[in-house]
Amino acid sequence: MLFLTSCLHTFGQYALFMKRVLTKPDRWRESAKRYVFEISKLGIDSIPLVIVISLFIGAVIAIQMQINFENPLLPTYTVGLATRDVLLLEFSSSILCLILAGKVGSNIASEIGTMRVTEQIDALEIMGVNSCNFIVLPKILALLTFIPVLTVFSMASGLIGGYLIAQFTDIITVANYIYGIQTMFVEWYVWYAIIKSLFFSVIITSVASFYGYYVKGGALDVGKASTNSVVASSILILLMDVLLTKLLLQ
Amino acid sequence: MIEVKNLVKSFEDKTVLYGIDATFLDGKTNLIIGQSGSGKTVLMKNLIGLVTPDSGKILYDGRDLITMSASQKKSLRTEIGMLFQGSALFDNETVLGNVMFPLKMFSDMTPAEMRDRADFCLERVNLKGAHHKYPAEISGGMQKRVAIARAIALNPKYLFCDEPNSGLDPQTSILIDELLWDITHEYNITTIINTHDMNSVLGIGENIVFISKGKVDWVGTKDNIYHAESENLNDFVFATDLFRKVKKAALLLEKEQQRR
Ligand SMILES: Nc1ncnc2c1ncn2[C@@H]1O[C@H](COP(=O)(O)OP(=O)(O)O)[C@@H](O)[C@H]1O
Ligand SMILES: [Mg+2]
Repeated sequence: MLFLTSCLHTFGQYALFMKRVLTKPDRWRESAKRYVFEISKLGIDSIPLVIVISLFIGAVIAIQMQINFENPLLPTYTVGLATRDVLLLEFSSSILCLILAGKVGSNIASEIGTMRVTEQIDALEIMGVNSCNFIVLPKILALLTFIPVLTVFSMASGLIGGYLIAQFTDIITVANYIYGIQTMFVEWYVWYAIIKSLFFSVIITSVASFYGYYVKGGALDVGKASTNSVVASSILILLMDVLLTKLLLQ
Repeated sequence: MIEVKNLVKSFEDKTVLYGIDATFLDGKTNLIIGQSGSGKTVLMKNLIGLVTPDSGKILYDGRDLITMSASQKKSLRTEIGMLFQGSALFDNETVLGNVMFPLKMFSDMTPAEMRDRADFCLERVNLKGAHHKYPAEISGGMQKRVAIARAIALNPKYLFCDEPNSGLDPQTSILIDELLWDITHEYNITTIINTHDMNSVLGIGENIVFISKGKVDWVGTKDNIYHAESENLNDFVFATDLFRKVKKAALLLEKEQQRR
């Protein structure tokens, strides 16, 4: 019961926070500058991580699929097909966003938390700047607009990871793999992944900002807030994943 | 002039301010003094509207902060400069960027005019050649100067300083105090300074409000503080042997002057 009321309380606080975030910026020019800066920091700086992780996971999925499908009744190209679908359906959106919740989310929460405990947020408020809007909105918009790029990069590098397995091992032939990843392709899966990632990106940025914004205390509390934000946004991403999958795929 | 009337503030179960009455004067360095934890910062945060009091009035030249509309509050904010205890400079902006920030957000100046104004303010606080450094790359005393430059960028009518010389060596502290004094008189600013530094109290206290146990215990100036009868105040200000000697010397000097 106590848990439920505290959940409701937090949700209410989050709603009020978002109401302050989603307003017209004081100065469009300054907010636009921050938006460009955040695209570079949250989006472009995440590309290497996304590519490396997706390459390896693509490779691992290809190997595991081969083990699972070692059955004379199944055509050998099934490995390529299954690898592709796992990447498109789940990895390049949900799992990728869980990883980003760790990287981007903790970064945002600790940055904003530090601004809170060093009174930089108070300094903004004193000047008459809507600090929620000024700090958080550019971050939300930046990741929202950049996440499709990350998702597509992840899909592509995952498929390349599988290709490298086909190329450098004798698990499956390259021709079979290529045929597999092209067979029975459903374009909607790509859109489904992108739509999911859009929702997840808002969860990552807004939840992390929320946790950072309301830090009380000192450096230790910033660390705690950052950890809590990763846990909370991961759970929300998973819940949202179930909901969106039910809505979009059935 | 800022008038505070019967201001009460409590957090959850704990009352910090029990009805504060005080007046802060134009063109003077007004000091709020008191022990650590006596509620100086809480009082200042109430004054600038970062915290809403439970009851009471805060009048900025007659305008009540608490009943003000959001847009009135916003325009009042542009008349307020604030120097935070830890400077609160923006980490990801250079020194110049920090001073230009309020200008970019709230003035209609051209970039060249902003640059000129920022240069002027940085020069006013005697800071040269650090324009393109980041806050983390300069000393605490320099950070305070940058914060002062940022606070005066928009020509404030009211300047708030929360423990401006905490964490600074005595020499730098005095320089910051002198700077605040000069700026206050040069631009006729209503300056309010939180402090528990006795050098500041005896050096720049033109209007001193002593807070003890959440109430105003004594009001006076740096000149009549030696005659104060409040026991709490004497325990607080003249706590060390050194300051008791200072008091003795000051009283002797006064007597001598009267005799002549
Ligand atoms: N946001 C808050 N919530 C609860 N208690 C607070 C809060 N801010 C300050 N206090 C309490 O108010 C008292 C006065 O604090 P403060 O104004 O910071 O003292 P100081 O005079 O040293 O600036 C302290 O006991 C502090 O614990
Ligand atoms: Mg304080």
